[in-house]
Amino acid sequence: MAHFEKATSVKDWLNQRLAIEKVEKVMASEYWIPKNINFLWAMGMVLAITFALLLVSGIFLLMYYQPNVETAFDSVNYTIMQEVGFGWLWRHVHAVAASVVFLIIYIHMLTGIYYGSYKKGREMIWISGMLLFVTFSAEAFSGYMLPWGQMSYWAGMVITNLFSAGSLELNGIVEWLRGDYVPGQAFLNRFFMLHVLLLPLAIIGLIGIHFAALRIPHVNNQDGEEIDFEAESKKYLAGDKAGSKVIRFANDFMSKDMFVLSVFLMFFFYLTFFQYGFAMDPVNFDPADGLKTPAHIYPEWYFLWSYEILRPFSKDLGLIAFGIAQVIFFLLPFMDRSPNVAPANRRGPFKIWFWIMVVDLIVLTAMGKLPPAGIFNTIGLIAALVFFALWISLPFITKSEKKL
Amino acid sequence: MKKELVILSVVVAFSLLTYWLVEPFAHSQMHPHVESQGFEYKGTTDIEEVEHKIAQIKAEHDRTSDPKAKAVLEADLKASETRVEAKKAFWKDVERIAALKGDASAGEAVYANCTSCHMEGAAPMGGVTPPDLKSSGVLYERNYLIGLIKDPAMVSNIDHKFSAERPHPMDSVKYMVSSDEDIVNVIAYLQKIAPKQEELTPEVAFQDACGRCHNVRYNNWTLIGEKKKFKDKRDELAFDIKKLDAEEGITGYMGKLPPDLSMYIRSRGEHYISTFVEDPQQLLLGTSMPRVGVNAESAEKVIAYLEEAGDPKKAERNRVGMYVLLYMILFIIAAFLWKKQVWKELH
Repeated sequence: MAHFEKATSVKDWLNQRLAIEKVEKVMASEYWIPKNINFLWAMGMVLAITFALLLVSGIFLLMYYQPNVETAFDSVNYTIMQEVGFGWLWRHVHAVAASVVFLIIYIHMLTGIYYGSYKKGREMIWISGMLLFVTFSAEAFSGYMLPWGQMSYWAGMVITNLFSAGSLELNGIVEWLRGDYVPGQAFLNRFFMLHVLLLPLAIIGLIGIHFAALRIPHVNNQDGEEIDFEAESKKYLAGDKAGSKVIRFANDFMSKDMFVLSVFLMFFFYLTFFQYGFAMDPVNFDPADGLKTPAHIYPEWYFLWSYEILRPFSKDLGLIAFGIAQVIFFLLPFMDRSPNVAPANRRGPFKIWFWIMVVDLIVLTAMGKLPPAGIFNTIGLIAALVFFALWISLPFITKSEKKL
Repeated sequence: MKKELVILSVVVAFSLLTYWLVEPFAHSQMHPHVESQGFEYKGTTDIEEVEHKIAQIKAEHDRTSDPKAKAVLEADLKASETRVEAKKAFWKDVERIAALKGDASAGEAVYANCTSCHMEGAAPMGGVTPPDLKSSGVLYERNYLIGLIKDPAMVSNIDHKFSAERPHPMDSVKYMVSSDEDIVNVIAYLQKIAPKQEELTPEVAFQDACGRCHNVRYNNWTLIGEKKKFKDKRDELAFDIKKLDAEEGITGYMGKLPPDLSMYIRSRGEHYISTFVEDPQQLLLGTSMPRVGVNAESAEKVIAYLEEAGDPKKAERNRVGMYVLLYMILFIIAAFLWKKQVWKELH
């Protein structure tokens, strides 16, 4: 057993038992971040805070929500939205944050792709981040079931149907997933469990792994420069703060994060109070009705690009394409064969690849919402084919990239 | 700093483009915009609707070569042409009668014809309960009331649901009040006994115009009246049974139970509800919902009532929202100053 002495202060008492000073150094004041970064590097913090908003608002909603097909809709739209003081605020915060979190996730992902932050030792950061993306998607989908509106019901129907695997017609799996022939009480209960327990636990665990994965390779910077963190941090501690290439996580990096966060929160609360329609689909304010299919069924905006990869093809081909689209981003670190860690604008053909990918994802997103008819169908098909062409070409164009 | 602003503008531009594509643009493609006709009820859209159908049938007829299909289309065409002529004649009649001036005291005698069905606590007829007419003079547009007495199915734009063999439940009015003078006189009388527009509350406007078919459970409204708190469980069950019976009747008449409108202000929005009430066929072709004929003021009251049912926290939301945004401005300033202070030594 370790040797303990009579403490001289509360801090000392805690130090002897929890090493709080050491922890503070490791986690904050001597956790070194490159100085050469822009506001896009604050997206991690923005995401952490948005997740916290989701967690806190979710706890409040959980106190009144009733996971029952008879009462779920009214418990959300009447009890929470009308009877409970400021229940509407928690619901709006929860719904808008669930949508905005994906906007930030996509910005965070595309930042990583643009600056090559998934390469040379940073592969696990990328992979754990992609796992977070998938888990967040499942969390968003399961949460979307809970108000038991028309879109909840029909999205649940459509997505669980995918597991019949097209022509294989594995209807047993679909019934097993639903616990019924159609979405019903068993279905609502299990998605409720997933949404409030299993998936949040998984997300919290994955966030831990995602942060841990940053420790050894360190945060990337705007030029992809390999920094000697040891030497640069010594320089900083010796007093040459301006000359050092690194800064403390707290308060240096944190103060910048907070500023970016404050601007983000302004935008977020504007949406929450005044412009929430994009995150709270009007159709879902109709109670679930198994006998009435909505005129247009579409997922929330953040799933539209992959939905559109499913849609323009025949049943089986579409499912395969959809399946590939879900996992292909995981493989990015291995499909990019270039030796360079640098922003895309210095990487020749990859620069073009990146911007086509951004535009293609936006086109897919738009076509995923529009009715699949006429010109929109054709554009969607082309965009889906471009998506795959981009991935197939990636190893070739990056292999031929010159070493910078 | 300049570089960060360039990056920010790229991020914002792509985000806004995506937003515009999936929200305003996509919705404009999915839901064609319908303009209000000002609640004047002149039959313009009714006639256009059938003319549009005629054009469609003709185009289909030109495309197909199958003689059997052609014959079906020709029959369709003939029926639609008859229908459009009937509509034109009907709305012309309405226009003619509207020019006449009514005499309320002469109308009182005509009104006696109405009270055999229309009274407080009336019994359902053919599935629907005839409304008490106390507020109808202020609730409904004059043109609509003229049309309603002239031909109820036609003015409601649900003539496709009825025929000589299956007449509209109020069809007999055509024979009871048939002269042009009687029509304008009885309307003058209805307007005389009605409360003033400013006395008509949103609640009464909704209950009289919509509430005989639609439940609004968030306001405790049922199609047989307000559901009050019951002390005795048996009384509550008796009320519920009465409500179920009424729902069954209306389901039989309409084909399906008209939806509960509690959340319609959020699921459909103000513009949709307003234009739908004016002419349901414009937004949902073939629907069995009749046009109810409210005037512009009453339509606003109906919407106010629905907002109270489905979005009563709107004022609170806007107020709290302003405070939060003001606080966020202070937060931004404080965060900016802190960042500047910390980074002074780092540059």
